[in-house]
Amino acid sequence: MSPSEILQQIVNGLVVGSVYGLIALGYTMVYGIIRLINFAQGALYELGAYLGVAVFGLLGTFATRNPILGLVVAVICSALATAAGAYLVERVAYRPLRSAPPLTPLVSSLAVFFLVISIIQVVTGAQPLTYPQVLSPRPWNLGPVTLTPTEVMIAVVAIALMVAVNFYVQHTKTGRAMRAIAANTRSAPLMGINTTRIVTITFMLGGAMAAVAGVLFGINYGTVTYNMGEFGGLVAFTAAVLGGIGNVPGALVGGLTVGVFSSFATVVLPNQWQEAVVFGILIAVLAFRPQGILGERVADRA
Amino acid sequence: MTALEVRGLVVTYGAIRAVEGVDLHVDEGECVTILGANGAGKSSTLNCLAGLVRPASGTVELDGNPIGGLPAHQVARRRLTLVPEGRQIFSALTVRENLLLGGFCRPQGELDGALAHVLEVFPALSPRMGSLAGTLSGGEQQMLALGRGLMAAPRVLMLDEPSLGLAPLVADQIFAVIQEIAASGIAVLLVEQNVHRALQVAARGYVLELGRIVLEGSATQLLGDDHVRMAYLGHGLGDDE
Ligand SMILES: Nc1ncnc2c1ncn2[C@@H]1O[C@H](COP(=O)(O)OP(=O)(O)O)[C@@H](O)[C@H]1O
Ligand SMILES: [Mg+2]
Repeated sequence: MSPSEILQQIVNGLVVGSVYGLIALGYTMVYGIIRLINFAQGALYELGAYLGVAVFGLLGTFATRNPILGLVVAVICSALATAAGAYLVERVAYRPLRSAPPLTPLVSSLAVFFLVISIIQVVTGAQPLTYPQVLSPRPWNLGPVTLTPTEVMIAVVAIALMVAVNFYVQHTKTGRAMRAIAANTRSAPLMGINTTRIVTITFMLGGAMAAVAGVLFGINYGTVTYNMGEFGGLVAFTAAVLGGIGNVPGALVGGLTVGVFSSFATVVLPNQWQEAVVFGILIAVLAFRPQGILGERVADRA
Repeated sequence: MTALEVRGLVVTYGAIRAVEGVDLHVDEGECVTILGANGAGKSSTLNCLAGLVRPASGTVELDGNPIGGLPAHQVARRRLTLVPEGRQIFSALTVRENLLLGGFCRPQGELDGALAHVLEVFPALSPRMGSLAGTLSGGEQQMLALGRGLMAAPRVLMLDEPSLGLAPLVADQIFAVIQEIAASGIAVLLVEQNVHRALQVAARGYVLELGRIVLEGSATQLLGDDHVRMAYLGHGLGDDE
């Protein structure tokens, strides 16, 4: 590969990686405060993508005439509806299991994952759905690399949202309450923190971010398929573990890293190998640096 | 006036009955201690009052309002504040964040003043405000836990073995501060195994054995009581100080 090809792969990887990072936020935040790996996150990402298409469909010619406004409406509606879905998931599948052994909610989260994906499969008849063209498909030549306006928009939106979520966690009262629960679940209520409420907010925020990631994915690739949540969920989970699960900036770092790796993998190896590469990264991280890149703090908490 | 009134409190963990019908009260501005050996039910009592454990029966009133059975965060909002055994600070957060969390239920506008007040009481915390709480020494962590409790502007401040695991000199500092807190008019319910120190700070006390109150009285009465002297102060009958 020439240096400019390498650079191009890095840039492509950063774009998809930013989307994975956005999904990874949900894994990492939920794990951070209740030590649950919420596998439903991958399904919420898929649900968000499908709800986005549905909103575009409902907007009809309005979206065709104002594509950017249409996208904004689709993202917001999908995020809100998916947050509501995440609320439902927490309420029905996890809250009743709060005092059960840790493996129980994990299994429950897998069940929710498969349930949501099956429902989408049945409702859409397993047919891929098509996203409209929002921005011009004509690529920009930016020095040695080319990028479409859509790719630039995706990276900007995804990274801006991750920075915003990080700010929220670090600098708001609710964010401080989240970190308090993560640091000491037992004494947080003694401060007057309503733990149940904060856990709900965390699930909903993670769901909303997954939905935005789903819509961005749809805009980027043009079609969404009923099994997109499986691969997307796996990659984002790997991103969360790689960045240091429980660590919010780690979601971004992990997402970008996994994105770049899988981007190179698609060039060097046949396409079918992509999942194997991501699994390989996951296994390597778990074996050699289970706390992830930025995960020291989590390790000493656990 | 009575700030905290507890009647017939029973705390159970499945088949284990940790507290067997405790009656106690703390008047406004009063410092009261609960003494007892390991496993007597002291922590169970405080944890139950703080809402961490639901009472099996009994009533709890704060300023005449029933609060028994409320979840911990709602008890905290009513400013019945627990500084739990073993400090339970937020190690991964900074000292400043720990203190701000103590004032979680207070309006934003009051927090700066409250922080300044806590730093007056614990000047040693001042230079550590930006440090992670987990990096503090044991004594500093206990000061942080007390400071975090003060941040709530408590009606009644409940302290569960604040001297536990501290070097005697550091424990003395902690007791000096508790004395100050009590003198400032905050009602304090102090659980201690360090009976001597506790009875120096408190005006009144209860002795808890196997979940029951076996003795109560003024600090002077308890200090002079034969049973207390034998079981908790390590004196033989008739010994003089
Ligand atoms: N979470 C719990 N589950 C079961 N038993 C408990 C629990 N907490 C305390 N106990 C039991 O209740 C009794 C009183 O304990 P505790 O209130 O911690 O006493 P103290 O604080 O006076 O040392 C002990 O026998 C203890 O083993
Ligand atoms: Mg105890």
